[in-house]
Amino acid sequence: MEQALSDVRGLSLDLKDIGHAFGATVALDRIDLTVAAGELIALLGPSGCGKTTMLQIIAGFLRPSRGEVRFDGARVEHIPANRRRIGMVFQNYALFPHLTVFENVAYGLRARKTAKDVIAAKVEQMLGLAQMASFARRLPGELSGGQQQRVALARALAIDPGLVLLDEPFSALDKNLRLDMQIEIKSLLKTFGVTSIIVTHDQEEALSMADRIVVLNKGRIEQIDSPDALYDRPASLFISSFIGHTNLLRGTVTDTDRVQLDAGPEIDLGRSAQRRRGTPVTISVRPENITFDAERPGAIPVTIRATVPLGAVSVTEGVTATGEAVKVSQARASGLAKVQAGDMAWLAISDVSRVSIFSTPVDDVSKHQQRSV
Amino acid sequence: MLPVIPLAALFLAAFVLPLIALVAISLFRTPQFAELSLAQYLRFFSDPFSIKVLTDTLWLGTEVALATLVLAYPLALVYAASGQLMRTLITFLIMLPLLTSTVVRTFAWIVLLGRDGIINTAMLSLGLWQAPARLLYTWEGMVLALTQIQLPLMALPVINSLLRLDGNLTRAAEGLGASRARVFITIILPLTLPGAIAGWLLVFAAAATAFITQTLVGGGRIILMPSYIYQQAVGVQDWPFSAALSLIFTLAVTGIVFAIGALSRRYVRGVDAA
Repeated sequence: MEQALSDVRGLSLDLKDIGHAFGATVALDRIDLTVAAGELIALLGPSGCGKTTMLQIIAGFLRPSRGEVRFDGARVEHIPANRRRIGMVFQNYALFPHLTVFENVAYGLRARKTAKDVIAAKVEQMLGLAQMASFARRLPGELSGGQQQRVALARALAIDPGLVLLDEPFSALDKNLRLDMQIEIKSLLKTFGVTSIIVTHDQEEALSMADRIVVLNKGRIEQIDSPDALYDRPASLFISSFIGHTNLLRGTVTDTDRVQLDAGPEIDLGRSAQRRRGTPVTISVRPENITFDAERPGAIPVTIRATVPLGAVSVTEGVTATGEAVKVSQARASGLAKVQAGDMAWLAISDVSRVSIFSTPVDDVSKHQQRSV
Repeated sequence: MLPVIPLAALFLAAFVLPLIALVAISLFRTPQFAELSLAQYLRFFSDPFSIKVLTDTLWLGTEVALATLVLAYPLALVYAASGQLMRTLITFLIMLPLLTSTVVRTFAWIVLLGRDGIINTAMLSLGLWQAPARLLYTWEGMVLALTQIQLPLMALPVINSLLRLDGNLTRAAEGLGASRARVFITIILPLTLPGAIAGWLLVFAAAATAFITQTLVGGGRIILMPSYIYQQAVGVQDWPFSAALSLIFTLAVTGIVFAIGALSRRYVRGVDAA
């Protein structure tokens, strides 16, 4: 079965210099993206970043103001949505409420005037894969959220699409079910070998599903990278705080490889800061890259605010003398430092090579407002 | 409970009591109120002319409802696809007939359809027609006038249910390869059916009972239930027969309305009833 399915080959997608404006509002600007056949890509960004516009352009519901959309190298901007052979899964699933599960999955095949017996066999196969075979006669309103999502995916895959677009597919599911469905749907998409694009504002969803993540902000691509690379080597201040949790500490470059933190110590980056002396910078340190230390030069003094146990890890938040919040994540297994709210404590960076350094945005410097994440 | 007493009293005095009186009157055998019997009902159902009047009237309601339905969907689709300004304009145009009195609207149609009316004058002076056409006092003219007058009753519920339709459903259908026509027939139409049925019931009942428009635009030669009842009550002074006619007509219209309501609740799946 899997052998037969993997013959269904996903198409490759190229976006070249896509731009789109709604009146005077620029929704997308200079978007270049290449997606390989069979790849699973996440479009990640806060609401209003342009990710939905991008999805609608790829789907064919929207014609871009400028730029090229290519499927397997051929331009498709002029091809309407109903002839692009794209499977779509909507945020609210958009199952047809007046049609049974069977009729929903058969819809695309009927629209293509497929023979009846072929439709029956195909729908049965799709519902089997989605573990929904016994629900064929039900109406969508009689299904749970997870079941509706399975049907929506079966309906999208039934037309043998070259590309599947999923718009915030997990946001309507409760948290416990979400991870299970993410794993299930990822494996189903991979089994089909179909090229897939997931639009989401949830970084955990993007990190757990995608081969590569495209981070969008204000209509532009900030970074395209694997989940690990995005987490370890964020290309911008925006990404370092958008992907996972991080601590942002302000400072000033004092030497090629040294930064004087506003919060106290001078730290040795162990590599070039690649900025001139005197440049205001913000360093990003992940909570798990900070440990409690003894009072010594180079340690950051903080006042403990609170400790929050989060199951496998325990997160403690402290405040520096400059008012910057610093979170420390400790694995419970390795034993926890005993600190209480109001205590003074000293923090150290475990691995300086995993610290990211960014120029502080100019408007932030002038305001010199504190930032916490 | 207390605040509804005035309304209940009004309902009792203006609707229930006259209805009871109507039932009582219809049970007399002669116009002089002699002898209780079902004679008036027997008379109606054994008289092909009377039955023809009833079926014509119900058919008029059906035709007008169908005509408004056919007009309402394109209007609703345009409305749904329009911007705010256009929507306001369309709403105003739809509501306009409701803002003028029935008599005024009906006379406007007489001015349009008459022998020396606007349509005839225009067509003759353009040379498109050789002789004035008979538009007024025809069945078609009556259907036309009623359709325009009743259109808001259909358009508003249809627009309402179209606006409540999730745009992702039509997008999903299109994405699955359906043509515009297929999306309309398989998705939009069934999912806005509650609105269409609500409109159908309103238009059907309103058109079948539209005494003024039927009489003025249809003229004296087209006899329908409202004018038949009027003629029997005021002209012939046969109150028992006209009471029976009234009750038969009322039951026929409400019976059809309830039957369609019940059928739609049973067969419209997965859609909230309007």
